[in-house]
Amino acid sequence: MQPPSEHVHWLFATGFLLLALCLLAEAVVGTDVWRRRAWRAYLWPGLAFALGVLMWPVMTFYTNSAIHMIAHGAWAQVLMAGSAMELGLVSGKLRSGWWRLGMPAGFLVSGTAFLVHEQNSWLFQRSAFTHHLLGWTLVVSSIFPLVRVLRPRSQLAATGFALAFVVVAVTLYCDRDVAQIFGHISPLAGAPHR
Amino acid sequence: MNAELVTELEAPLQRTTTSTRAWIVSALGPTAALGGVIWAIVQPYRVTLLHPLGQGFWWLFVEPPLLAVAVGLFFYFVITPGLLRDLAEEHATAE
Repeated sequence: MQPPSEHVHWLFATGFLLLALCLLAEAVVGTDVWRRRAWRAYLWPGLAFALGVLMWPVMTFYTNSAIHMIAHGAWAQVLMAGSAMELGLVSGKLRSGWWRLGMPAGFLVSGTAFLVHEQNSWLFQRSAFTHHLLGWTLVVSSIFPLVRVLRPRSQLAATGFALAFVVVAVTLYCDRDVAQIFGHISPLAGAPHR
Repeated sequence: MNAELVTELEAPLQRTTTSTRAWIVSALGPTAALGGVIWAIVQPYRVTLLHPLGQGFWWLFVEPPLLAVAVGLFFYFVITPGLLRDLAEEHATAE
């Protein structure tokens, strides 16, 4: 009953899409309006934390190499840590804005983990391409949560932060276990699926 | 005193900003759902409900275009209404 890994990518894409919509809405209406209801204030950090928790079973059941295990474990930890800091800030238990550094750190670690654990080239096949793309997306877009630390009211940072998750969701939806990418597929990748 | 004139000039601008924000928030969910619908039309083989025979559990349970539609509808019906009410309240308070 274990799902194929592409299905796991699509399920996570769904979680990240919802996360992105929440962040986009917060960027549009402003943090004050978004947090007018307590449940909504906790919504996106809680969702991000849940996605971090769900990375643990992925680490456990999809360990086809040590580097995969380390990468999945790193994602689980930084996603949980970054969103736990956001939850702490929302609840008022954490007061310093520097706690927001958890998110840019999470982006950088996640992006690096993507790039390190994907050992094939960009055009090896679809999932290799999406892993490279996700890695660079997260590394480059870590600038947005970083600006969010320094300028919490920045509309540009909030929008960029949200759009980064849109790109992550779309890229995860594009993932396939074995498929062509722009007409390329390595003969070593195996037979492409549908 | 021409303070009233200043109020008259600022109020419509604020109303426009609020209505633009409300319009964008209202469009987020439908846009995601529309993306899913377009995807289902472009790649109908991704929607295994259209050809369910011989499909395993995960192929029937995880159908990316339908998941995108579901997220959009969830956001539109569960999160957007309260958010629009709060945006209107904030606007009323500001006035």
